[in-house]
Amino acid sequence: MAMTATAGHAHADPHHIGLVIEHPGPASKRIVTAYGFWVFLLSDIVMFSCFFAAYAVLSGQTAGGPKGSEIFEQRNVAIETVCLLLSSFTCGMASIAADVRNRFWFYLGMGVTCLLGLIFLTIEFREFADLVARGYGPSRSAFLTAFFSLVGCHGLHVSAGVLWLLTMMAQVFAKGFRADVLRRMMCFALFWHALDIVWVGVFSVVYLLGSAA
Amino acid sequence: MLGKLDWSAIPFDQPIPLVAGAVVLVAILGVLIWVVVKGHLPYLWSEWITSVDHKRIGVMYILLASVMLLRGGSDAIMMRIQQAVAYQSQGYLPPEHYNQIFSAHGTIMIFFVAMPFVIGLMNLIVPLQLGVRDVAFPTLNSVGFWLTATGALLVNLSLVVGEFARTGWLAFPPLSELSYSPGVGVDYYAWSLQISGVGTLVAGINLVTTVLKLRTKGMNYLRMPMFCWTTLASNLLIVAAFPILTATLAMLLLDRYLGFHFFTNEAGGNVMMFMNLIWAWGHPEVYILVLPAFGIFSEVVSTFSGKGLFGYRSMVLATMAICVISFMVWLHHFFTMGAGPDVNAIFGIASMIIAVPTGVKIYNWLFTMYGGRIRFATPMLWAVGFMVTFIVGGLTGVLLAVPPADFMLHNSMFLVAHFHNVIIGGVLFGAFAGFEYWFPKAFGFRLDERWGKLAFWFTFLGFFITFIPLYIAGMLGMTRRMQHYDVAAWRPWMIVAAIGMAVLTIGVICQIVQLVVSIRNRESLRDRTGDPWDGRSLEWATSSPPPVFNFAFNPDVRGEDAYWDMKVHAQQQSLERDRPEYQDIEMPRNSPTGFVCAFFATVMGFALIWHIWWMVILGGIGAFATFVVFAWRDHDEYVIPAQEVAAIDRINLEERRSLVSMAGPV
Ligand code: HEM
Ligand SMILES: [Cu+2]
Repeated sequence: MAMTATAGHAHADPHHIGLVIEHPGPASKRIVTAYGFWVFLLSDIVMFSCFFAAYAVLSGQTAGGPKGSEIFEQRNVAIETVCLLLSSFTCGMASIAADVRNRFWFYLGMGVTCLLGLIFLTIEFREFADLVARGYGPSRSAFLTAFFSLVGCHGLHVSAGVLWLLTMMAQVFAKGFRADVLRRMMCFALFWHALDIVWVGVFSVVYLLGSAA
Repeated sequence: MLGKLDWSAIPFDQPIPLVAGAVVLVAILGVLIWVVVKGHLPYLWSEWITSVDHKRIGVMYILLASVMLLRGGSDAIMMRIQQAVAYQSQGYLPPEHYNQIFSAHGTIMIFFVAMPFVIGLMNLIVPLQLGVRDVAFPTLNSVGFWLTATGALLVNLSLVVGEFARTGWLAFPPLSELSYSPGVGVDYYAWSLQISGVGTLVAGINLVTTVLKLRTKGMNYLRMPMFCWTTLASNLLIVAAFPILTATLAMLLLDRYLGFHFFTNEAGGNVMMFMNLIWAWGHPEVYILVLPAFGIFSEVVSTFSGKGLFGYRSMVLATMAICVISFMVWLHHFFTMGAGPDVNAIFGIASMIIAVPTGVKIYNWLFTMYGGRIRFATPMLWAVGFMVTFIVGGLTGVLLAVPPADFMLHNSMFLVAHFHNVIIGGVLFGAFAGFEYWFPKAFGFRLDERWGKLAFWFTFLGFFITFIPLYIAGMLGMTRRMQHYDVAAWRPWMIVAAIGMAVLTIGVICQIVQLVVSIRNRESLRDRTGDPWDGRSLEWATSSPPPVFNFAFNPDVRGEDAYWDMKVHAQQQSLERDRPEYQDIEMPRNSPTGFVCAFFATVMGFALIWHIWWMVILGGIGAFATFVVFAWRDHDEYVIPAQEVAAIDRINLEERRSLVSMAGPV
């Protein structure tokens, strides 16, 4: 963005003595879209923080049920984490492919991202189903309530992301790399990376701290 | 098949809601039939319902707020009458009905009157003040509005199908948990707020992005009109606070629907966590409402004093300070719940600190008026009335922020008086001021001044007659939300308050009459200049009502009070205004996305409340499909050719020229 320093206007504005950085006018659509989406992501992270806070408050409230260290399986969580981190990489590849208008690498990148996301979801789902089967469902204790909600909220976001991802692939297939499709792709990539960051939080606060306790 | 829904949901045994519901239903049907028979439907559909024009959406927000104000107002009248007659008797409202009324009243007034009113005004005016064509995301804007309307619809539906919450406007657990509130009331409450909350968040994101990224050339931050600043602050608060509300209500719903234990008494749930979360949203919420009102008063005071705003920079600073501090005082809402003296002291002091920037603002308005050429038009009356009223409300707030005092006054009528004092005297007066001030901009004719002034005086006096007695009753020990009472000392005050309510009602009626009279006489009240008040900011630089594209060119701003400068310069340069080349303008195309989306949201919300699971799935699929269809369209813009822009702009320029020459030399 070009900022022009104009001394000529300065006299019109009594508060400014000397140089004024003139605002150059409305930003481009691409910037506006990305900016708006950033703001949305920030608000989404505020929502996650509430669930984090609830988890922090309730994590000791096991009501005679199991503690975290008794139910978390490190191996599964490790695989989940690897899947998600890798998927962020492939999503980045897909974004680059979209920027250079390369359909093949775009589909490949998105396809792998989708696959990794689905593996993540499957493992998470099995973990949940297993816990419920053992009688450790979310209504067992406040701790499990907070655990299922926090991890489940992230899982829901990933599911929505997968749905969005498939829609993006269909859009590129039907419309090609049109400007609005590219803007949407940029938002999707931001979304997917943000979920990664949230997962790092979940991983540390829930699984690492929980197993250590 | 229909979940929990059956005939018992219709309250055949309760005449009041049934009759009220029937009247509303007949009115809605009547309007619908009239619209269809008169052939207005295509016009409504293409010009309003599917419109993505920020001005139209703003007007629809305000319309929604006004209608809901009448609904919330009837609740208020019913409550005041009940408390006036329920001395040593049951009054005329049975307890469970009374409880629903005060819950619905609070919910409606905050979420469906105050919020849509200020969001509507921001939508209508901010892009004009920034000198731009539209908000950042026009279609999303329409989605946001229609989701708000969905929430309002669901709350009103609870009047005749089922019941509303009996838990107060914040649905504190454990009372709102399934074991204590097994009916659908709390579900109505929670789902309508969830849905309209999404709408609010969308509006917040939209306006933040608009202010930060779309300003016209030369509109530096320190040249933005005050209303844009307070809009920015208020919407930053929305973006930061509404997700907290969403999360909190989601937790409550999980408790109710799936047997979770966030806030239950058993299995380790924690009720205090709800208090912390809800007030971490709730306190910023009151500033979300009042900051835009502060912005409106700043514009009004400076325009009608014929002076630039005094202490513009300190005003900006005060606004942003309030924005930050309002997130740090939430705990003053539960001083009495055992946090201990240290915590209470810290939050007490933090709360009082907010009074400092607020005081700065009051002084700035006073100094703006000092030495100005003041015109007491209706908007200015509301502004001055606000200053008087709000000082009382702010002072009682500071009093409540003293923990020992709060131990006496918490949950008393004094508290009720405090927050009505700030919300009516602050937000509602601001909304009315903005309504009177910008009405000519939106519709091209002024409102009748005589009726407007009458409306102000009745409302103003009615307000004090209603709420001063409540302060006194609170100090006499009367607690809030009483369905009946036995203390003789309270009774006279309740009767005075009821009389005050009648006076207030006359004020509202005057305002309705004002609108009708003005529409009748619109030809004589017509304003062709686009600048009826001799305004200072850019919204007055275009015609009234503005063309879809707002400005034929993006204005180039050279200082504060952009339009005032232009006028002064135009006079000095003896009207020589260069006419640059007109260009084609691209505008976003209308879209039914918002309306369709809200339709599915209504279906889904209703189905969720009544546990009709197949319908929930149907609604969800519909909503997703709507977005895909929206994403699939090929042409989302249309072009207004340069000749058309020129033709429209020429008329505006002519009117303006005559205006300037009439004003004579400086
Ligand atoms: C000078 C600044 C203010 C201070 C120090 C202040 C202080 C307080 C305190 C301490 C309470 C809690 C009283 C209790 O529960 O016992 C309270 C309640 C409340 N305040 Fe304020 N206030 C201020 C301004 C405002 C403004 C500007 C608004 C609205 C626009 C507002 C709206 C409310 C509402 C709605 C409640 C009641 C909530 C409820 O319990 O239902 N206040 N205020
Ligand atoms: Cu507060």
